Amino acid sequence: MLRDITVGQYLPLSSPVHRMDPRFKLVASMLYIVSLFFINSFIGYGVVLAFLALTIAVSKIPYKYLLRGLKPVLMIIIFAFGINVFLTPGTELFRFGIIKITNEGVRQAFFMASRLILLIIGTSMLTLTTSPIELTDGLERLLNPFKKLGLPAHELAMMMTIALRFIPTLLEETDKIMKAQMARGADFESGNLIKRAKSLIPLLVPLFISAFRRADELAMAMEARCYRGGENRTRMKVLQFTHLDLIGVFVFILYWGGLIAVRMWTA
Amino acid sequence: MSIIIEKLNHIYDIGSPFETNALNSVSLQIEKGDFVGLIGHTGSGKSTLIQHMNGLLKPTSGKILINGFDITSSKAKLNEIRKKVGLVFQYPEYQLFEETVEKDVAFGPNNLGIEPEEVNRRVKESLEMVGLDYEEIRGKSPFELSGGQKRRVAIAGVIAMKPEVLILDEPTAGLDPKGRDEILEQILALHAKQGITVILVSHSMEDIARYVRKIFVMDEGSLVLAGDPAEVFSHVEQLEAIGLAAPQVTYVAKALAAKGIDIDPTLYTVENAATRLLELLRRKSHAS
Repeated sequence: MLRDITVGQYLPLSSPVHRMDPRFKLVASMLYIVSLFFINSFIGYGVVLAFLALTIAVSKIPYKYLLRGLKPVLMIIIFAFGINVFLTPGTELFRFGIIKITNEGVRQAFFMASRLILLIIGTSMLTLTTSPIELTDGLERLLNPFKKLGLPAHELAMMMTIALRFIPTLLEETDKIMKAQMARGADFESGNLIKRAKSLIPLLVPLFISAFRRADELAMAMEARCYRGGENRTRMKVLQFTHLDLIGVFVFILYWGGLIAVRMWTA
Repeated sequence: MSIIIEKLNHIYDIGSPFETNALNSVSLQIEKGDFVGLIGHTGSGKSTLIQHMNGLLKPTSGKILINGFDITSSKAKLNEIRKKVGLVFQYPEYQLFEETVEKDVAFGPNNLGIEPEEVNRRVKESLEMVGLDYEEIRGKSPFELSGGQKRRVAIAGVIAMKPEVLILDEPTAGLDPKGRDEILEQILALHAKQGITVILVSHSMEDIARYVRKIFVMDEGSLVLAGDPAEVFSHVEQLEAIGLAAPQVTYVAKALAAKGIDIDPTLYTVENAATRLLELLRRKSHAS
């Protein structure tokens, strides 16, 4: 179940997309999201599809892997599709009883579903090709200008890195404690909602205690190595904007150019 | 309560790129009332094996018979199995969660649906069995205790379920030598007094050598050696090849025997070695 979620997962491959500067990838992803809401015709989606296909091909991420990531959000897509099909007013296509399907509804439904699918695939491309460390690093550098306004950019990035780092550890811990309590006869699977919620206490109390203990130990270990925040810290891997990123920027400008051209042409 | 395991296989994450073969056709037999040791280095499949014994994991293939009853069959009631087979995990103090020690130890028996008076009796009994003062400790929060005391409370929590088989995964990990000896002595006493079957998982050869009657050695998911301690520790080369070792005293005895001293080279407890050496010294002083 948990394995189906590709959003937020990193697939360590060696490709030009993987090697690009995370700052560029972050900004490009944001502009990509904006672009999806800028489009108002199916031809526009054609441009997006071409751009996505190119990125995916260069990144070497298997298509199957990306499509599997759609599985957990399939319900949301179907729901959005259904609402649009049935609830959009317009010229009637056909009708069963009180349910009426309109021309505009069908168009709108396909339009929204495509937007959602492209949104999910596009954004998961960012995390699939960028390791969490690079991602937070990039985010920190992007937020740097806001430091002057009092935004703790480094602290935010560090918090994100630590949170991401501890997800697998805590999952493992949960599994261990669950088994230990099951060996003592705890039952996590049956009973009504209240009973089930109650049965989580033997799991949550030890889990919280161990999370706090880990946080404490980590803080100690960081202090022991003289960590004291972002000021004057140098980094092992310095982010560099290379010719690869330049090509990326060029492709991205072409993409936006294409979108604007399509919009002007269809208007 | 005998445990018979036949051709047990376990594959984690079957059909995914993370697929790993954790158990490889393991077959073994443990008699009722036995005190056995299970050794192997980290990742050898020990923990996977013991989790099968009380139904926490289901085998990919193979059979586990507890008292002749196949717990892998769909008819097996897991609660019944857990009543019979108690499992103390590594660092069991991390499973404590109640406000008081008394309540925490009572968690297991309560889950089994035992009468309140009986639960109280068991809590008192099992806390005393692990060497804690019931009156003094019952009202305390488990989180204000010392590491060793927490460990004991957690073990008491499993003993209170009165299992017929008690499995302990590294019960002495992270304890000081005194605490380690005390806990192992109490487990031995429990075994002697109540006649329960004990399976001790450890990689301390000294602990294993001193307490168990039979040893199973695991490596990369397979059972590689089985037998009484003298027999297993006589295969020193094989043990070393899989990253284990015989007890230190066995090496000493072996070296002495190689020098022509009349001592059993498969000796494995310090006590036996001391007795034998004193005997030899006395004989020598008599002769001179």
